[in-house]
Amino acid sequence: MSGLGFINPFGVRELPGTTTGDFYTANFAQKAQPGRVILNLGPQHPSTHGVLRILAEMEGEYVWRAEPVLGYLHRMHERMAEVKTPQQFLPNMGRVDYLHPLAWNWAYVGAVEKLAGLEPPERAQWLRTLSCELNRISSHLLWWGAFVMDLGGVTPILYAFEEREKINDILQIITGSRLTMSYFRLGGVCADADDRFLALTREFVPYLRERLKMYRGLVTDNVILRRRLEGVGPIDVDMCRRYGATGPVLRAAGSPNDLRRDVPYGTYPQHDFWPATGFPDDCFGRYLVRLAEIESSLDIVEQAVRGLPPGPIMVDKPPKANFKMPAGETYFAVEGARGQVGVHLVSDGGKNPYRVKLRAPGFSNLSLFAEAAQGTLLADAVAILGSLDLVIPEIDR
Amino acid sequence: MALSLAVFVQIIVAVLLVIGLMVGNAVVMVYVERKACGFIQRRPGPFEVGPRGLLQAVCDSMKLLGKQIFVPGNIDWPLHFLAPVVAFLPVLLLYLPIPFGPYLTSLQVDDGILLILAFAGLGAVSNILAGWSSNNKYGLLGAARAVAQSVAYEIPMIMALLAVIFMTGTMNLTTLVEGQGGWPWQWNIVRQPLACFIYVVCLVAETNRAPFDLPEAESELTAGFHTEYSGMGFALFFLSEYANMLLVSFVCAVFFLGGWRGPFLDGFWWTFAKAYAIMFFIVWIRWTFPRVRFDQLLNLNWKWLLPLSILNLWLTAVVVKLAN
Repeated sequence: MSGLGFINPFGVRELPGTTTGDFYTANFAQKAQPGRVILNLGPQHPSTHGVLRILAEMEGEYVWRAEPVLGYLHRMHERMAEVKTPQQFLPNMGRVDYLHPLAWNWAYVGAVEKLAGLEPPERAQWLRTLSCELNRISSHLLWWGAFVMDLGGVTPILYAFEEREKINDILQIITGSRLTMSYFRLGGVCADADDRFLALTREFVPYLRERLKMYRGLVTDNVILRRRLEGVGPIDVDMCRRYGATGPVLRAAGSPNDLRRDVPYGTYPQHDFWPATGFPDDCFGRYLVRLAEIESSLDIVEQAVRGLPPGPIMVDKPPKANFKMPAGETYFAVEGARGQVGVHLVSDGGKNPYRVKLRAPGFSNLSLFAEAAQGTLLADAVAILGSLDLVIPEIDR
Repeated sequence: MALSLAVFVQIIVAVLLVIGLMVGNAVVMVYVERKACGFIQRRPGPFEVGPRGLLQAVCDSMKLLGKQIFVPGNIDWPLHFLAPVVAFLPVLLLYLPIPFGPYLTSLQVDDGILLILAFAGLGAVSNILAGWSSNNKYGLLGAARAVAQSVAYEIPMIMALLAVIFMTGTMNLTTLVEGQGGWPWQWNIVRQPLACFIYVVCLVAETNRAPFDLPEAESELTAGFHTEYSGMGFALFFLSEYANMLLVSFVCAVFFLGGWRGPFLDGFWWTFAKAYAIMFFIVWIRWTFPRVRFDQLLNLNWKWLLPLSILNLWLTAVVVKLAN
């Protein structure tokens, strides 16, 4: 595309027939039909949040074929797990998914505990639920803001961040950090909840409920937003099954699939909540599911604060530095903000795990993008991408 | 009108003043927009440079002036450098027929609004040139959107203004203002509310502002047609965007809000107050609404605004005919 063919004094002229771009673009372009444009979105693009790259074959405004290119943020977490003891590896888990680190904390700690037969005390279990749900709310809030920003509304993300800051302040009291939290330990949690933490959490729950009402009037009921989302990018249960999509994407498709209820872990059987279903399977449904999940998480937080039992937060004999897992194989999964967060751990009885496989929900959710975005407008493809709630470090691991 | 020396000098002085207005407007609006956006988003906005961040816009423009102009390879360079100039230059002409005050008009033109509408169309040309010549697919998509959008929205815009022209029987902007009274119920907005509504919607779309900022839709096209512009190239687009905003606001003030006529003490301050109230409205909705999709934007125009404006025009014609 060299315009009208003026001689360009600034660079080499593009010769006809030469391919531009890297291996992925060249490979993708081979299958392109003539007359269509290959558009490269990312790895630095405002709507790919992080370093995701999407190749799209466009005809005018329509995306006919799309392909995600991954790996720009690959940090070898799984390999690192093989050369570190479980205790040493724990901080890595907060960095896999920076928006919902406590789910990953829980998945890894849970897997090791399951293999080693450790049973954390009651209070630790409740604190895990409490902190994990607070963290889920903050993750959904950030998604909400970023998603509306993808649709062109720049203001809500700053409102979402205001709430998120409050949650960060609360979680900072017990976890000690605001972003890449590493709160869980083998056999318990690292710090106990103090009165300030509990008081702030109690205050926060009704506050956020009020704010959610405001968001409904301000954003959810906005006619432009609804027109942009309703009927866009339907993803049914069958497609979710084929690609292994879980979490809000699957629940919006109509399947009440929630690990917190289906494969109960922690204290979830003692909580009164129900997975959010009954929404349309389009982008708007996925939007509503997440907002409903914020409310159900608020319920769980409220119940957890009320029911928090006294007692120790650590097993009597916590694993020491020379802790050795028994040989064996285990899989432990928890419900993260984006879906099923799973850790498959194989141990040969040594200090370090023999092999660790991290099952990232975002990876499966992203894989259905190519099919869901087929034949949509570019703006809809961006909306679908946003509605999947992708966190790139988690996908690339 | 013979182009005498006096008129020539008058036009030169007017153009110089308009350039001053454009630059001053951009500086003020950058600050107002950033502050308003900050308050809408519950944050302070710029506050570091100068008292309450007042010098922020000056700093920004200095930065843009000093920036190295970076162009990608394989651009169509004559067009690439022409595009910002094409965006900027017509704006100078557009301000000539605007009656800022009773005696403050650069050039009395009988077909003032015709001149404005004719030259305002050049904005789309500059967008095409910028998008086409940048050797960038986002730019190309943005340019395609810009053309479709401005072609579509110019029609109901003209139709809406035509209804007022039918009613008043003049295309001279000064006569238009003199036909309206000082009080709000004497303004054309009361007699032509539908035309005013259609014009305001088209005004936002014509100036490529959110929620109709499709040609530069950030989350889809990064920056659309001006993706590859840096330094002064970008600054000229920026300047002309704000100048165009101010221009359509002035036209709205003159056509529908009584121009320089106010409840008391007629004068140019009323024109400016009204125009900047509309500017603030544009800023306000930009930071409130999400962006519409491209097909929705065109549907809104062809399915709603265009039939409505035709209906309005027809009704106006019938009423004018009956009244005579």
